[in-house]
Amino acid sequence: MAAVTTSTERSLNKLAIVLVLIITMIFLAPIYWIASTAFKPRNLATTIPPTVIFQPEISPFVKLFTKRSQLRTAPTPEQYAAAPWWERLVFDGGEKVVRSGRGEVQWSGYPSRFMNSLIVAITSTVLAVGMGTFTAYGFSRFKVKGEADLLFFILSTRMLPPVVVAIPMFLMYRAVGLNDTHWGLIILYTAFNLSFSVWLMKGFMDEIPKEYEEAALVDGYTRMEAFFKIVLPEAATGIAATAVFCFITAWNEYAFALIMTNRRAQTAPPFIPSQVGSGLPDWTVIAAGTFLFLLPVAIFTFLLRNHLLRGMSFGAIRK
Amino acid sequence: MTQIELRGVQKYFGAVQVIKDLNLKIDDNEFIVLLGQSGCGKTTTLRAIAGLETIDGGDILIDGKPVQHLKAADRDIAMVFQSFSLYPHMSVYENIAFPLRATRKSKAEIDQEVRSVAKTLQISDLLAKKPSALSGGDMQRVAIGRALVRRPKAMLMDEPIGALDAKLREEMRAEIKRLHIKQGSTSIYVTHDQIEAMSLADRIVIMHEGVLQQVGSPDEVYSHPANLFVAQFVGSPVMNVADASVTEKATAASVTVGEAASGFEFPRALLSKLNGHASGKLALGIRPEGVIVRREAADGFLPVEAQIVEPLGSFDIVDLKVGSQMLRARTKSGFISGPGVKVFARIDPAQTHFFDKASGKSLGVRL
Repeated sequence: MAAVTTSTERSLNKLAIVLVLIITMIFLAPIYWIASTAFKPRNLATTIPPTVIFQPEISPFVKLFTKRSQLRTAPTPEQYAAAPWWERLVFDGGEKVVRSGRGEVQWSGYPSRFMNSLIVAITSTVLAVGMGTFTAYGFSRFKVKGEADLLFFILSTRMLPPVVVAIPMFLMYRAVGLNDTHWGLIILYTAFNLSFSVWLMKGFMDEIPKEYEEAALVDGYTRMEAFFKIVLPEAATGIAATAVFCFITAWNEYAFALIMTNRRAQTAPPFIPSQVGSGLPDWTVIAAGTFLFLLPVAIFTFLLRNHLLRGMSFGAIRK
Repeated sequence: MTQIELRGVQKYFGAVQVIKDLNLKIDDNEFIVLLGQSGCGKTTTLRAIAGLETIDGGDILIDGKPVQHLKAADRDIAMVFQSFSLYPHMSVYENIAFPLRATRKSKAEIDQEVRSVAKTLQISDLLAKKPSALSGGDMQRVAIGRALVRRPKAMLMDEPIGALDAKLREEMRAEIKRLHIKQGSTSIYVTHDQIEAMSLADRIVIMHEGVLQQVGSPDEVYSHPANLFVAQFVGSPVMNVADASVTEKATAASVTVGEAASGFEFPRALLSKLNGHASGKLALGIRPEGVIVRREAADGFLPVEAQIVEPLGSFDIVDLKVGSQMLRARTKSGFISGPGVKVFARIDPAQTHFFDKASGKSLGVRL
């Protein structure tokens, strides 16, 4: 009788679809807000009621990547005509692009901050997931003395808000010279993510039947070979899911990045809000910075979506 | 030529001893089945031979060389697991080729050997598929192919067809036997299913609580069980076991079962063969086919009453009440119409086993 759907079931299905649509819209609304503001002219960014229909422009992005200063006098027609198309967009906004004595365009701090974010997030994710995978494998496959206590100890590092230790960490980092360095943030984020990574990966490792490796061992491989050839491919789903979560945590981390870095190793999150523009806050530039900042996570997650979906139903399906 | 020998093997899991002083010699090309209930140590024994478990005492010898210190990879043994353990991310071809890749053979050689094994197992058309797309029987064939492809010294199989349904199990049983005859490698097969053991084995090794109970051909363990455990574990329906007492009569010996009013007649020779074993400590074992049932009274037959009739198609199993004891007999189907019917029965002395009740050991009486 399963194939027969009653009218009640049909209307329930419709209701579910409507609910999913509403929830999706609630989740997408802020993203839309940021994306649309990133392409708005400055004067339309803060109108009440919000402007929904507008001519999109990319001047916020030009401003995001360049160093600018307020125009005291309007540019001469020659200056305007000589300027490349993107510099004219800045002129239109009442600002000018700062150039060096030799006339080279001065970049804003955004690209290097963005790069720092990538370096720190990717390296710490690789480290946290890599170490987590090995540790989880060890806990999952071997008899470890005091396993339960050790696992609890690992978890206990997440039992306080990390920012509580910000001041002592800052002092320690200053003493050892890790302040404002990539490695400083990488170590910090790896440490935050490691416990999470170990626990998540242990769950995935436990689900991989140990007969797979045993078969490989009997087939003539060493344990290390069996790990790399059999366990890792089988754990791909878990690794992908763990990597996404670790990457998002490291990518979005704000408080420590703000405290521990100021220039060389500063990541995008503390930098973006500092770019309120020369003069009045320029929300379009902030939105453009935020919009670009969202992209790597979105792309990363999109690429791994199949693994993530499998990861969510992991263990629910009999293998 | 591969001989495997276990000498005084001991294995503990914590305080529990799971293998107790196991001695066993397996000849070249022999098909050995380790049979026992779950938890009897048979799988642990197999895993110890494979190198997946360490042992706490004794020696494991392959071709006369101790291997207990060698890693699984260095023992040149193949194993088929109950769960098949096909690598899910590899195609059937890659699964079969996997053990060969560890040997650093050339691509062409690997290809040739994979295809040859696939042909033997009739799975050539499955080579491109992933394990998840295969049926249970085909998964089993691939698992066997992966084990065979390396031409290992010995094949170990841990309940390889336990996960299949009954019909497929029967088919695969025949296929495993056919393969063994064709390929002829020393094989050790673990199962709890005595029918599987009887049909496959050259010799059956019966284990119970980590102790080896009996080693012998299927016929030997069936016809001459070494003790009560083997007697009741091997054979279906299960052997009847009853307390018995033997008394001397003028021309014969009388065996009384379950305090019945009168006893079954046995040749006088029984008395001397029992060698003075006190009557009260005897247990008698008789398989259902050794209980002979008639509708009419006859010499040597005792009157009994049918309690339960189980029709099993080609024959019936009937529970007969003898004194306080129930004896199960095998009759032609429909021979006894139903419970309550009075019939006459005797037990065949040639098929009767006598055990020491205290130790459970067979007294080795053959009439």
